[in-house]
Amino acid sequence: MLPDDKWLWLFEWFEMTGPGVVVRESVWMFPVLEAVHLLGLCLLGGVVLLVDLRILGLTLTQRSVSELAGQVRPWLAGAIVVLLVTGVLLFLSEAVKCFYNQSFWVKMIALPTALLFTFAVRERVAAKLDVEVTFAARSIAVASMALWFTVAAAGRWIGFS
Amino acid sequence: MIQELVAWLNEFPSSVALRESRYVWPFLESAHVMLLGLFVGTAFVTDLRLLGWSMKRVPVSELTGRLLPWTRIGFAGMVLTGLLLFYGYPLRYYHNLFFRVKVILLVLAAINVFVFHRGIHRQVADWDLDPDLPRQAWIAGAVSLSVWSLIVVVGRMIAYNWFDCTIQPQPAFVNWFAQCPTGP
Repeated sequence: MLPDDKWLWLFEWFEMTGPGVVVRESVWMFPVLEAVHLLGLCLLGGVVLLVDLRILGLTLTQRSVSELAGQVRPWLAGAIVVLLVTGVLLFLSEAVKCFYNQSFWVKMIALPTALLFTFAVRERVAAKLDVEVTFAARSIAVASMALWFTVAAAGRWIGFS
Repeated sequence: MIQELVAWLNEFPSSVALRESRYVWPFLESAHVMLLGLFVGTAFVTDLRLLGWSMKRVPVSELTGRLLPWTRIGFAGMVLTGLLLFYGYPLRYYHNLFFRVKVILLVLAAINVFVFHRGIHRQVADWDLDPDLPRQAWIAGAVSLSVWSLIVVVGRMIAYNWFDCTIQPQPAFVNWFAQCPTGP
């Protein structure tokens, strides 16, 4: 599932960009960015699970889904911003390695899917849900958890391959 | 004494097999990282509530009653995968500077949990929905948020060998703190 080698020049160029060079040549910057990326993952995991588990009726069932989702939405957006900024910097520093990495491409497919699904589907549905939850909403919660799980697992696996 | 125990564990065939395994080790590491979302993530949500930064209309007791079980499940998973990861490299982690800092921070986090639940949380019904939570509750949230964040950061750093005993010379403090076996 690797892209054609004709795109390699683009990834070589990514590595030569200013931020890519700075992160690669520093001893501590990559590890620190990784750590902040992980903190973003913690926050994202927490707020995604909070709403999805609530939709499934597994936590805070006395609260309406729309209230909870609305309350944590700024934190969801904040976590995604932190993850994108640190993620892009990590990528730029080793773009060619990523180009030849299966897990990276799995993540690059799962990530836009998860983002689109979260903001175009899940957040819209959650905003309309009160205390009672429909079967369709439950399926959406399961899909949301599965998508973000794939993004995170593929991301972790980039480092192993 | 502990050093001898760790060195003994290090030679167990199952310990050797774990660190040499092709899939079990990465699987455990992944599980340890993924569980961060469940454990630290739900703990962060509770911390944000204690700090008054989110969900101000949700009573604190509802979070500690209904969300905390998920935090506990996540914690159990972290401990299980963490112990197994340690069992894969007992000697290396025992002498790892970041690992030692992480253990100290874990003790601090535990004290914070104990102080909160034995202290101000006992009267949670009295201040559940106060616009301004009691100072002790705010402090518990702030300490939890910062200490668990630091734990995640130093946990990630364990994988880096900058201060490993096997890479000498190290500053005297490092050799002392990590109890590096030095000299002839």
